[in-house]
Amino acid sequence: MTLLDRKGPPTTGRPPSTRDLLTRGDIRRTVTDRVMTGVITGAFLVALVPLVSVSWTVLSNGIGRLSPYFFSVSMRGVFGGMDAGGIYHAILGTVLITAVATLISVPVGLMAAIYLVEYGRGPLARAVTFFVDVMTGIPSIVAGLFAYALFAAIFGPGVRFGVVGSVALSVLMIPVVVRSSEEMLRLVPNELREAAYALGVPKWLTIVKVVLRTAVAGIGTGIMLAVARVIGETAPLLITVGVIDSINRNVFEGRMMTLPVYVFRQYSQGLVPCAPDAVDCIATVNFDRAWAAALTLILIVMLLNLLARLISRYFAPKAGR
Amino acid sequence: MTTTPHPKATPHPQAARRSVAPPTGVSVMETVGLNVYYGGFHAVHDVDLGFERNEITALIGPSGCGKSTVLRCLNRMNDLIPAARVKGQVKYHGQDVYAASVDPIEVRRRIGMVFQKPNPFPKSIYDNVAYGPRVIGMKVPDMDDHVEQCLRRAALWDEVKDKLKESGYSLSGGQQQRLCIARAIATQPDVILMDEPCSALDPIATGAIEDLMIQLREEYTIIIVTHNMQQAARVSDRTAFFTARPDETTGNRTGLLVEYGLTSQIFENPSDQRTEDYISGRFG
Repeated sequence: MTLLDRKGPPTTGRPPSTRDLLTRGDIRRTVTDRVMTGVITGAFLVALVPLVSVSWTVLSNGIGRLSPYFFSVSMRGVFGGMDAGGIYHAILGTVLITAVATLISVPVGLMAAIYLVEYGRGPLARAVTFFVDVMTGIPSIVAGLFAYALFAAIFGPGVRFGVVGSVALSVLMIPVVVRSSEEMLRLVPNELREAAYALGVPKWLTIVKVVLRTAVAGIGTGIMLAVARVIGETAPLLITVGVIDSINRNVFEGRMMTLPVYVFRQYSQGLVPCAPDAVDCIATVNFDRAWAAALTLILIVMLLNLLARLISRYFAPKAGR
Repeated sequence: MTTTPHPKATPHPQAARRSVAPPTGVSVMETVGLNVYYGGFHAVHDVDLGFERNEITALIGPSGCGKSTVLRCLNRMNDLIPAARVKGQVKYHGQDVYAASVDPIEVRRRIGMVFQKPNPFPKSIYDNVAYGPRVIGMKVPDMDDHVEQCLRRAALWDEVKDKLKESGYSLSGGQQQRLCIARAIATQPDVILMDEPCSALDPIATGAIEDLMIQLREEYTIIIVTHNMQQAARVSDRTAFFTARPDETTGNRTGLLVEYGLTSQIFENPSDQRTEDYISGRFG
């Protein structure tokens, strides 16, 4: 018999033709294939359910209150069920505090990654890797307490201003930046480093001009993902930056509002007890503001992701035509 | 730069290029008792070689015989491997490049290298060539002109002159390798090391690179590692044959130089039985 016949020859009659052998499929394999395809598709749909559900809930609950007015005012002087108030101060706080956190985390994280990939040998490199792993698992509230304790030791207890929150966020952000940058730097082919060295280029110039230049798109994406990871943090900001109703542009002094904390604050205030005959009173206004702010936060994160893609497309080394 | 035009060691007309004079004792590069270790592993044992100006020297031998290791010692590329250790001397115009005060960066600026796999930078064709001179701060009066000259000498100009701004990756493998050669000569080295430069290329591209090597020999000292004995026979003036000898106790294979001489002598009249066996395809 031929090699194609794996099910053994039929017991009676003439031997099967080649056509029979080739068309008569293996039933078990076909069934396994169908079942596994079904299971995998099902798992994908299950994973999609919470995503779609969250998007829909936030969109349907939050869109009603979004307006240019909502984006342009703070909560100053807003009380009760007033149909007023906005998130300008919270957007400002989130952007400023996250920007400062990025300014702290990116140089530290990127240089640590360069050390690990290009220089690190022996016990120090292993220690850095170990502590980066440990830092990845730090609960965000612990990061907040750490930053608070650090600044309280300098400025005295009860200290609250934007940079404290930035430090707390950068504790969470640095390990993510280190990890993603490290991966990207390791992806740079060693041949490129050798090519630069063989031209007589010093090591630091090779790293700056060849290694970083080649990995810049991936590093940019990694940084954006790290920003997205910390921009929604609530607990550490509640401890370190606090809550305020008015606009504060100074990250070095005074409390600031941030979007996640705003959401928490509005939601925890709950329903407004409106008088039955009150005209200008919306009982659910706090919930509405919370949903709208949550939607804004999601939009900001999406915008950042979009930005990251544009950056990586712009900076990526052009491969091929 | 160091490319002061030395008087040629031997007159070297293209027609009679097989008639190479014996070593004159003024080799451009020389290894004296070169031993290389990777950690506890003895990779290369006692290699003494001299490389002559305006000649192509081929290092041949079976896999694992240490020929690439020897080549990478010549411009201290082995420094990049943390466990590598070198004993003995590698002399460049009489100066030991492993002497304590020698800066490996300066060594590599004078001794360029072309690798097995074409490895252009992810930049434009123009920038690939201009990169080296720019970064090491070479004085180039007209960079456009310099790039053109390098690409011309690498026999690539006519193929790329209309797309200098395109990525180096848009070229074919053979063109990429010639781009790497153009990049290597852009910093005006004295010696060019080539580590199996054609092993990733098809026969036509290989032929183009070989023609290029023969042209470049007029200006540079070229040292090439190759697995391809026909290639060594076609292009080289001198050939060094390496083999690997297993250690009795550990079983590790240590590379050693078996025979070094004019290519014609090595291929036609080898003095060592192992060389003859290898050349005639009986092992390796």
